[in-house]
Amino acid sequence: MDFLRPRGLAEALAIRARRPDAVPIRGGTDLMVELNFDRGRPGALLDLGRLDELDGWDRDGDTIRVGAGLPYQRIVAELATALPALAMASRTVGSPQIRNRGTVGGNLGSASPAGDAHPPLLVSDASIEVASVRGARRIPATEFYQGVKRSALAADELIVAVHLPAAAGPQQFAKVGTRNAMVIAVCSLALALDPATERVRVALGSAAPTPRRCAEAERFLTAELADRRWWTVGTPVSEPVLRRFGALVAAAAAPIDDVRGTADYRRRALAVLARRTATWSLREYRQGGRTCA
Amino acid sequence: MTVNGTERVVDDVWAGESLLYVLRERAGLPGSKNACEQGECGSCTVYLDGAPVCACLVAAGQAAGRQVRTVEGLCDGDALDVVQQAFLAAGAVQCGFCTPGLIVAAHDLLARNPAPDDATIREALSGNLCRCTGYEKILDAVRLAAARRAGREVAR
Ligand SMILES: Cc1cc2nc3c(=O)[nH]c(=O)nc-3n(C[C@H](O)[C@H](O)[C@H](O)COP(=O)(O)OP(=O)(O)OC[C@H]3O[C@@H](n4cnc5c(N)ncnc54)[C@H](O)[C@@H]3O)c2cc1C
Ligand code: FES
Ligand code: FES
Repeated sequence: MDFLRPRGLAEALAIRARRPDAVPIRGGTDLMVELNFDRGRPGALLDLGRLDELDGWDRDGDTIRVGAGLPYQRIVAELATALPALAMASRTVGSPQIRNRGTVGGNLGSASPAGDAHPPLLVSDASIEVASVRGARRIPATEFYQGVKRSALAADELIVAVHLPAAAGPQQFAKVGTRNAMVIAVCSLALALDPATERVRVALGSAAPTPRRCAEAERFLTAELADRRWWTVGTPVSEPVLRRFGALVAAAAAPIDDVRGTADYRRRALAVLARRTATWSLREYRQGGRTCA
Repeated sequence: MTVNGTERVVDDVWAGESLLYVLRERAGLPGSKNACEQGECGSCTVYLDGAPVCACLVAAGQAAGRQVRTVEGLCDGDALDVVQQAFLAAGAVQCGFCTPGLIVAAHDLLARNPAPDDATIREALSGNLCRCTGYEKILDAVRLAAARRAGREVAR
């Protein structure tokens, strides 16, 4: 097995094209577990640890570009205001040691249905910047996830960054697990209110073969808010509406029974998370509105 | 790579082996412990370029040219670091297997936050498992180390 150490993205892409047996590694928090347990022996490791192109983040107007190699710890420390849902999700990943190494690029590379970065990327309408020797392209998050651990990334491509708008309204991320630290999500959910378009976006994780948006639930709550002119007048949203929203989110799931929880439990938990995060976000928006006025 | 301030060259490293394996089996530094090899227990915690990480999840080649600091590198000659002393004084060590990892994690916490509250301590140590102590004495040790660092001797 070879250890390949490109010093820039161009070199890494050239190797990626030439050596289909080389597996990329950045934080190693998914991949090293596989190697330590001998669950596969790639022909080579392609170390992305020295690619400056994957480091850091920057802001261009309203859009934030998060490098694929930015560790969760820095997202928590530096992007909590601009990207609340992604930062909240990052805070729940593993432990401090895992957050110091693990990256959004690695989360996308693994494309596990339980990856915590996915629901926030979906509700932010993020796009994923990938590159190969053939060129660069952007994949909308909604098209990236294609099946359990399968994604739209081509065999010769690397994930370079994710692009997402800075939050214009409240965002939430919530996750159900057996304890506070170090849990893979039993189910998870992200929600965003977008004042500019007066829309609600919601996505679930760990409760279907892929992380996914909940279109029916989004349409329902968006229409309810419009009907009662909630964005401008602020007519309170009733409990039955929130319950219906929760039920529609649960209906968007296609969960399975596994060691972490039953399908039934996942559906019920998602309905609760949906209702709760919607309540928090609606309240936050109204209170934010009042302080500004 | 530089380990505890000394430049080390290790040969014959298999590309898929971990930094933990290199430290223990090739560099003669058995302080970092090997238990789960999947990032769950934290007993292999070391500093990599100043940040605590699970050495079992770093590929050996990724540490090339980087700064590694293990529990062995916290003391000054024979003099133990204040965190190490506090673990002993507080009785936070039973079998001792988890101790090196916890000490590195606690050392990092106090370097970033000299006066952490209990919730912050628990959060900082959430990646380190201990099967023996029930954690209370470990919390005591971190509080004691914080107090001693602040120059206040806590009489117990
Ligand atoms: C103890 C523990 C707890 C964990 N807890 C959580 C949790 O709570 N939530 C969660 O979501 N995850 C969790 N994980 C999983 C893991 O930390 C995350 O999936 C993390 O985001 C992986 O990032 P990485 O950089 O370490 O990936 P790596 O292990 O380096 O890579 C993962 C995969 O992605 C590929 N890859 C990496 N970077 C790129 C790139 N730039 N382009 C193309 N492919 C790439 C690799 O080839 C590999 O297949 C946990 C892991 C451990 C060990
Ligand atoms: S041996 Fe590395 S975390 Fe357990
Ligand atoms: S003292 Fe034995 S595992 Fe912690």
